Amino acid sequence: MKKKHLAGRIGNQLFFTTPTIIVFACTVLIPFAYGLYLTFMNMPNISSTLTFNGVENYITAFSDVKFWKALWLTVQYVLACVILVNVLGFGLGYLVTSGLRGQNFFRTALFTPNMIGGLVMGYIWQFIFVQSLPAIGQRLGIEILRLGWLGDATLAFLAMVIVTIWQMSGYMMLIFIAGFVSLPKDVLEAASIDGANGWKRMRYVTLPLMTPSFVITFFLTLRNCFMVYDINYGLTGGGPYQSTQMISMYIVQKAFQESKFAVGQAEAVILFIIVAVISVIQVNLGKRREVDA
Amino acid sequence: MMNKKLRIGKPLIYLFLSIAVVMYIFPFFLIILNSFKSNGEILENPFSFPKTLNFGHFAEVIEKMNFKTTFVNSAIISVTSIALILLFSSMCAYWLVRNRNKFNNTFFLVLVAAMIIPFQSLMIPLIYIYGARLGLIQSMSIPLLIFLYAGFGSPMSVFIYHGFIKTIPIELEEASRIDGCSRIQTFFKIVLPMLKPTSVSLLILNALWIWSDYLLPSLILRQEQFYTMPIKMKVFNGTYMNNWELLIPALLLTILPLLVVYFIAQKSIIEGVTQGSVKG
Repeated sequence: MKKKHLAGRIGNQLFFTTPTIIVFACTVLIPFAYGLYLTFMNMPNISSTLTFNGVENYITAFSDVKFWKALWLTVQYVLACVILVNVLGFGLGYLVTSGLRGQNFFRTALFTPNMIGGLVMGYIWQFIFVQSLPAIGQRLGIEILRLGWLGDATLAFLAMVIVTIWQMSGYMMLIFIAGFVSLPKDVLEAASIDGANGWKRMRYVTLPLMTPSFVITFFLTLRNCFMVYDINYGLTGGGPYQSTQMISMYIVQKAFQESKFAVGQAEAVILFIIVAVISVIQVNLGKRREVDA
Repeated sequence: MMNKKLRIGKPLIYLFLSIAVVMYIFPFFLIILNSFKSNGEILENPFSFPKTLNFGHFAEVIEKMNFKTTFVNSAIISVTSIALILLFSSMCAYWLVRNRNKFNNTFFLVLVAAMIIPFQSLMIPLIYIYGARLGLIQSMSIPLLIFLYAGFGSPMSVFIYHGFIKTIPIELEEASRIDGCSRIQTFFKIVLPMLKPTSVSLLILNALWIWSDYLLPSLILRQEQFYTMPIKMKVFNGTYMNNWELLIPALLLTILPLLVVYFIAQKSIIEGVTQGSVKG
């Protein structure tokens, strides 16, 4: 009887968990481990036999000026987007939970940009930056609009930031909405009775209580911005002259166009370490600040 | 309470939100407006209304994009991979919540930790393993792509299901066990139906990235007959560079399916994303 019981348990364990274990191991765990292994190998083309290469790929990666340039550009992009997306998302979330009539309409409308993917979104905004804004600039004599934004390195970078904010702020708004809705009403009321005005209440009561939402939104924005590819590819294509090429596009180009797989992989591992360290620090800082209402 | 919160004044908030809505919706409006126009009209003034409702370009684009096949490819890939993600993840999360032991807890931790691995550090080994070594990219690209999506979707989905299943009281399952149901029957008859709200959230969250994903399919799908909508759009964009009278209807047709779904199911999509993200 007991033996049968044990066999049944193992059978169930296998039934419930094996599918996930298999797909997860085959698509994430094994490739990740194999990817680490590849960085120590010499791999002149994708089907050649691997030979041990020591840390040569990492040395090449570390001395790759273009890699660091793309990484630095990505860091600037991440900083700009994370801050602006969260500020805007928080502000919009605050306004559409303030008991307005038609707030559901506002929520729905502001989330619409998330229905389209990065590549198509990039093409749509290409039309705006290449055709539409210059047409306005021409007519009204506004010089900054008349210029083709995507032809200038700084303006093209700004365009990337604008388009990213346009899409992601609506998503983060929804996460903040969930946070605002679950704020304990009695605490806010107590603060009002104690004489905390609007700004003080926001600074000392609402913001600390919203920390769990910020942990999620920061994690998501950081991750998505570091990994940005589709928007980059669709909107600027990395141009003009690779001046807006973010790290992800750079690695794809390195590996699949220049066929430097092992070096590309070493650079991808460096990217992973940076993203992992920042995410872990950010989540831990956030968790430490979390307060119980 | 509510009045106090609105110190800045309602009209100002309405004004601000309305400006925001116009800015968030305007690009869609602009695309619809210009999809009926000829190149001459578009170049002359992108903001003017079309002189005639000309559907001719749509017909041309549908034919040139091979729209039907492309759409079906995208639909098959998205539907199958999301179905697999939901089924596998709910089963796994259920078992991990109800049977806490060293192995299960460790596995859950590994799954959650894997969420910080960027796709960029997986793609080169993936192409190497499944392309150069196993040859699956060449021989069965669509099933392979579905399999990969099932794997990439599982960490977040198991995590969110896990969070929800923890809140379900175990008594219901015990009752069904006493009635003689096996664990498997209990899961499918009692637990799975209770997970419906979470499943809807996850369906939407996964659909949003899988349907529009470009990078992974662009590496896996090499033959034209397997192309998904974003890849086809990329090829189309390369072929008709700056030929806006064809590009814009193509863009509209690419985003239209999702916009229609959004229009019909907006309430559950907004709720699903809001709920799902909190658990996540």
